Amino acid sequence: MTNKTVTRRGVLKSGAVAGAGVALPTIFTASSAAAYTNEPTGSSVVLGFNVPQTGPYAEEGNDELLAQQLAVEHLNGEGDGGCLNTFSSKALQGNGILGKKVEFVTGDTQTKSDAARASAKSMIEKDGAIMINGGSSSGVAVAVQGLCQEAGVIFMAGLTHANDTTGKDKKANGFRHFFNAYMSGAALAPVLAAEMGKERRAYHLTADYNWGWTQEESIVASTEALGWETVNTVKTPLASTDFSSYIAPVLNSGADVLVLNHYGGNMVNSLTNAIQFGLLDKVANGKDFKIVVPLYSELMAAGAGENIKGVLGSMNWNWQLQDEGTKAFVKSFGEKYGKPPSNSAQTCYAQTLLYADACERAGTFNPCGVVEALEDFEFDGLGNGPTWYRGADHQCFKDVLVVRGNENPTNAYDTLEIVEITPRAQVEYDPEHPMFAGGDLGQCNPGA
Amino acid sequence: MDAILLQILNGLDKGSAYALIALGLTLIFGTLGVVNFAHGALFMIGAFCAVTLQKVFNLSFQTIDETQTDFLGNPLKVETPYVEAWFGPELGATIIDWSVPLAILFAIPIMLLVGYVMERGLIKHFYKRPHADQILVTFGLAIVLQEIVKYFFGANPIQTPPPDVLSGSVDLGTMIGFDPNAIIYPIWRLVYFGFALAIIGAVFSFLQFTTFGMVVRAGMADRETVGLLGINIDRRFTIMFGIAAAVAGLAGVMYGPLNPPNYHMGMDFLVLSFVVVVVGGMGSLPGAVLAGFLLGILESFASTTWATTTIPGINQIIIYLVAIIVLLTRPRGLMGRKGVMED
Amino acid sequence: MLGLNKKDTSLLIIVALLTLLAPFILNPFPEGSAMAQFNAGYPDLMQRFVIFGIFAIGFNILFGLTGYLSFGHAAFLGVGSYSAVWMFKLLSYNVIPAIALSVVVAGVFSLLIGFVSLRRSGIYFSILTLAFAQMSFALAYSVLSNPKFNLTNGETGLQVYADDPQILQGANAPDLPHLFGLPMRATYTMDVGAWSFDFNAGYYLCAVIMMVVFYLAIRIFRSPFGMMLRAVKSNQQRMNYTGLNSKPYTLAAFVISGMYAGLAGGLMAAMDPLAGAERMQWTASGEVVLMTILGGTGTLIGPVLGAGFIKYFENIFSKINDNVLHSWFAFLPDGLEDAVVFLIHPFIGKGWHLTLGILFMLVVIYLPGGLVEGGQRLLNRLKRKKTDADDAPSGKTEPAE
Repeated sequence: MTNKTVTRRGVLKSGAVAGAGVALPTIFTASSAAAYTNEPTGSSVVLGFNVPQTGPYAEEGNDELLAQQLAVEHLNGEGDGGCLNTFSSKALQGNGILGKKVEFVTGDTQTKSDAARASAKSMIEKDGAIMINGGSSSGVAVAVQGLCQEAGVIFMAGLTHANDTTGKDKKANGFRHFFNAYMSGAALAPVLAAEMGKERRAYHLTADYNWGWTQEESIVASTEALGWETVNTVKTPLASTDFSSYIAPVLNSGADVLVLNHYGGNMVNSLTNAIQFGLLDKVANGKDFKIVVPLYSELMAAGAGENIKGVLGSMNWNWQLQDEGTKAFVKSFGEKYGKPPSNSAQTCYAQTLLYADACERAGTFNPCGVVEALEDFEFDGLGNGPTWYRGADHQCFKDVLVVRGNENPTNAYDTLEIVEITPRAQVEYDPEHPMFAGGDLGQCNPGA
Repeated sequence: MDAILLQILNGLDKGSAYALIALGLTLIFGTLGVVNFAHGALFMIGAFCAVTLQKVFNLSFQTIDETQTDFLGNPLKVETPYVEAWFGPELGATIIDWSVPLAILFAIPIMLLVGYVMERGLIKHFYKRPHADQILVTFGLAIVLQEIVKYFFGANPIQTPPPDVLSGSVDLGTMIGFDPNAIIYPIWRLVYFGFALAIIGAVFSFLQFTTFGMVVRAGMADRETVGLLGINIDRRFTIMFGIAAAVAGLAGVMYGPLNPPNYHMGMDFLVLSFVVVVVGGMGSLPGAVLAGFLLGILESFASTTWATTTIPGINQIIIYLVAIIVLLTRPRGLMGRKGVMED
Repeated sequence: MLGLNKKDTSLLIIVALLTLLAPFILNPFPEGSAMAQFNAGYPDLMQRFVIFGIFAIGFNILFGLTGYLSFGHAAFLGVGSYSAVWMFKLLSYNVIPAIALSVVVAGVFSLLIGFVSLRRSGIYFSILTLAFAQMSFALAYSVLSNPKFNLTNGETGLQVYADDPQILQGANAPDLPHLFGLPMRATYTMDVGAWSFDFNAGYYLCAVIMMVVFYLAIRIFRSPFGMMLRAVKSNQQRMNYTGLNSKPYTLAAFVISGMYAGLAGGLMAAMDPLAGAERMQWTASGEVVLMTILGGTGTLIGPVLGAGFIKYFENIFSKINDNVLHSWFAFLPDGLEDAVVFLIHPFIGKGWHLTLGILFMLVVIYLPGGLVEGGQRLLNRLKRKKTDADDAPSGKTEPAE
């Protein structure tokens, strides 16, 4: 015990040990030497990639992990550089971040908030991760975001679509590149009206938990604003594997559009069931019956197979876009892994680059510096067109894609076709919009 | 009226899968006295038999088509299944189309074998061990089996469509005098219901009308006496384990077209199938079937808008609620024998 | 000591030493070395070891003594967590009232469920508890989190928001769970040469509580009440025939184990103020069953070992990825390195479930008494070797009789 030294993990202020009301809480490690949690002192910096590796979203997590590894390669100057060549900010040199080689650790969220927090904590406490990225559900994103805020590291959210992530549950240390349920509604509604007319009667099946509710609310609001009527909204238990008893009454309800506010396995099964019941071949109220899946993902589309033909939905990004950023990313991802990336992979890739770039521009890994560099940052060249990281709620604003299940796919990957690229202006909203109100970003927390 | 009929139909269809899984589970419990947590995994393996056969039929050779390009801009590799090359495009396409029903033939020997190996290799050693140990070891086995499937097939669901002629739906309502669109039902779900009845019928006839079945029933009632008569009851029970595995497997094969198989589908059914068995009465075969259909129907009714507005969340808890009520009022289950595990 | 016999006293002392010195024991490898991947001495995992240890000790009081296999104990843990977070939201971030309430609420909840479930035994009891727990999970996940009556905050998990009342929260008190001002997250890191050891306030709170409840468990095991519970396990019918009503005893055991679970839930919330519904799912209940059986049912130390075993796998093995593997085997020639990594790959990282499943099976098949039996066998073998060695020379000199 005699040779104990003060190092990067540092020591606790003796005052705290005494337990006499300390002014500042010490979180994880309090330190007199380090300026912030996990300040990198060696020649490398550690990023934490927290994705679902077991459970129903394992494939999506795997895709995210591939993209994150690719991003690390590009940051370290290996491979073809990918989007570093097209990114509008030129701060990144391909020599790591701030000259430090980028290393990463991985964890398994299991798509459970508890497990996700445990694995994020382990990366922060044990491996010294300075940023956490990834995830495939909103519950996990909110839970991990809260943790990162308390711990004093940056959280770059992966796939999270609920409004709350940058609404009620927004945090200063958390950033979301992915779009949200409100944007899905705003982007989809005009296309729906154009394709199906303004006099439609919609029937909603909604996964009975937070994300499902916010999406239902968003879609109902934006379609009703265009003159649609909502016949019924039915909540389905998350654990459901068979939706026949929910689909069966749809045809006889007077509705002519079915909206499936489901994701993942729920969506694959409910859509498969709806097709089985022959809904798309029917005529109701004198119109062809239609199905809408507001949130699409490539992996779910693959799982649903033939059934998605002609079904409309929205996406954050798709590999078939033709801008330079997309082309560069698809090329390096495709050549390395032999398949095009999914939109959750793209969001994780972009988030990792954005974080690295913010560190470079801020000249520090200090979370407060990074937050300042990311807030109201305008950029382009990462695949989504001109994008704005809004400072008020840490939500990215960019074009949203409306896609449709391809009627004649030519290979395993073009199962979705882009119908419209909804311009950014159309999906923007006020930070105090009722669907997002009630949250508080708080102050950035550097930890120590 | 039509809505009620529709939900009954739906319940019977949901119940088919429950009944088939519970039938095998209760058969294993009744014969071997083993609580088999890996039974859901057998259902899953059955479904993946269909997936495998479909993949085998779709094994392809590649030819390069210079006129088209893939997503990276390279010339597109066109895949042609061997079956189509060998049997001509039309017959080949038909074979692929019918891969799910064909998988039944493929699944029966495989599931019998899986069941046999499982019983001889593992379960056999656990007859004398407490239920808790049986649960733990079969649970471990279930995890291992599903992780192996995940390793080879991935975590994403895989579509196994029914044959073309059996996909789509029929308007049953118009046949019995309702308005069009009142009772629309998918053909494959009707097929599944019929299939389930056939399997249940086959299992019952086998136990009722063959000498083998008679001995097994006698063994279920009093294992010791049958053993004393010089009959090798263990051997027969092993075969029954294989049959129970085959029933679960076939339920899985035919389930694929209803909901695309994924590696955790067995776990999704596990808790539910135990509830079905207990409600029906541990070890009672007719009880398992009856409870399966009954719970299917109740679940269907609980998911109607009427039910969920009357009691919010009823669709989430109905199964458990029924289990609790049955266990408290009639502990031996609907059709359990008096005195069997009744306390 | 403390009313324990010599053997139990030494067991308690061993447990106390192990928990108090855990930061050293769990970090045997120097930081930065390749083996550091296997270090488990960071605050979060150490807390989890102890908290799940408490959970399993409590579960063992019911299952190990009475033989009643409950598949619903995670519900009590979840209820405990929710009550603790509600105390944070309403009163203050001080952990004492939160933990106290979580024990009380879990006790009441387990009294209700136990009273109903204990009307049956055997597998029926298991299914009843499973059904109650699954109902609680379904309700917590969606029904009780609707905007009108938000008790659990559903998928996201219950957490403290800035606009919560927190009526007793002092102006200077830390803005996170604390014990009279000492934050649960406060960690003192000691660096000795290449090694680094974390001493975390929250961990030591949990550790002290675990020692207390472990002591209580020993007392229960050795008391007449414990004997009565064992009698229930060995032959309940005979007990009933002698005119004893066993129900009050089993119910008491059920409630005690429910309170242990609630305590564990409360501590979890105290270490990390977020309560997710998943901790009530049947798989979570199954986990504590696995921990107990894996460690050794009915033994005092077994459940704690089982809890440590499973949590270690979940947290350490899931984090080993191909990159780490490559760095370990970098000394091998390229082709061989790839081959080795390819062989190990299915069992680590996203394959940790597979490894865990295989280990369950191996332990249950070969060590019916769990890890404790494994330890005993090992000890016996060592002892025998020693006695063999002692016997050998003495055998010669011994006169034939």
